[in-house]
Amino acid sequence: MRGNKVAALKAAFPHTIPIFAGFWFLGITYGVYMNVSGFSFWYPLIMSITIFGGSLEFLAVSMLLSPFAPLETFLVSLMIQARHLFYGIAMLDKYAGTGLKKLYLIFGMCDESFSINYSAEVPENIDRGWFMFFVTLLNHIYWVSGAALGGLLGSLIEFNTEGLSFVMTAMFVVILLEQLLKERRHYTAAIGLVVSAACLVGFGADSFLLPAMGGILLLLTAFRGPIEKAGDV
Amino acid sequence: MMTLGQQFITIGMCVLGTMLTRFLPFLVFSDKKPTPKYIQYLGRALPPAIFAMLVVYCLKDVNVAYGGHGLPELIAISTVVVLHLWKRKMLLSIAVGTALYMLLVQTVF
Repeated sequence: MRGNKVAALKAAFPHTIPIFAGFWFLGITYGVYMNVSGFSFWYPLIMSITIFGGSLEFLAVSMLLSPFAPLETFLVSLMIQARHLFYGIAMLDKYAGTGLKKLYLIFGMCDESFSINYSAEVPENIDRGWFMFFVTLLNHIYWVSGAALGGLLGSLIEFNTEGLSFVMTAMFVVILLEQLLKERRHYTAAIGLVVSAACLVGFGADSFLLPAMGGILLLLTAFRGPIEKAGDV
Repeated sequence: MMTLGQQFITIGMCVLGTMLTRFLPFLVFSDKKPTPKYIQYLGRALPPAIFAMLVVYCLKDVNVAYGGHGLPELIAISTVVVLHLWKRKMLLSIAVGTALYMLLVQTVF
């Protein structure tokens, strides 16, 4: 059993290397941001452990500095994080039968953990549940350690890492490409791309995600027949 | 300035909102009863659309009217795509694309 876990950890680690680069960069940036906003490192540490979702954590800094508005905070959190609903629906089968680990897998289902756990080809001799567990755990550790480090060091850090966050873009491009190479037709990827791009232009960078999700859902539902017929899904 | 208790509640609301979106599908559709066909279909059809959406999400703050006009992103993404189709090595594609992008935004644009 122990050997099982070690093998799963070894198989999982290479998949998380780009996340390490991206999460340390973003996590440290987030920690520094909290530090210069006047919060001790306990805040980024605790928030990165419990929320584990980058975009909301950045936004939470300004919410903590604004007048107390718990209901608004809750609603904003729901809206920003709504895409996780899609991840959950896609992972219903993959997370099934993973025992107690399932609770942690769902708790730690950020964009990056979802993307790797959905798309990675797990070798046959590796326990799938433990593989996904370690992908999630490693990503969590990268994010928390980066945030705490940034919070401790604050603005002492000097770095010319401009452009490093592109590592996340590059990773999602590769994952999308791998997905496209697996399918014969690309109806649903095309729907995702066109709807998201159109909503970005129409609604702007800060509020395009919800309409994009709605549009994707609508079109996937409307074209269910042809998409299922094409045999991709 | 919020009190410590108010800060605690504010962070708690962020956690609650996040966890609700992560746990809800698993609470609604349990292992015990079969998942509706429509939801099963969505589970298969959504991921390619989601990955496309995430790529757009990463590029949301690129402004085609200023700075590099989106050129560094275009060049780096094209490189990632070509390199990946050629070698099919995930880490290599990501590393080269990121290094090229950093070089472009730090020195050229």
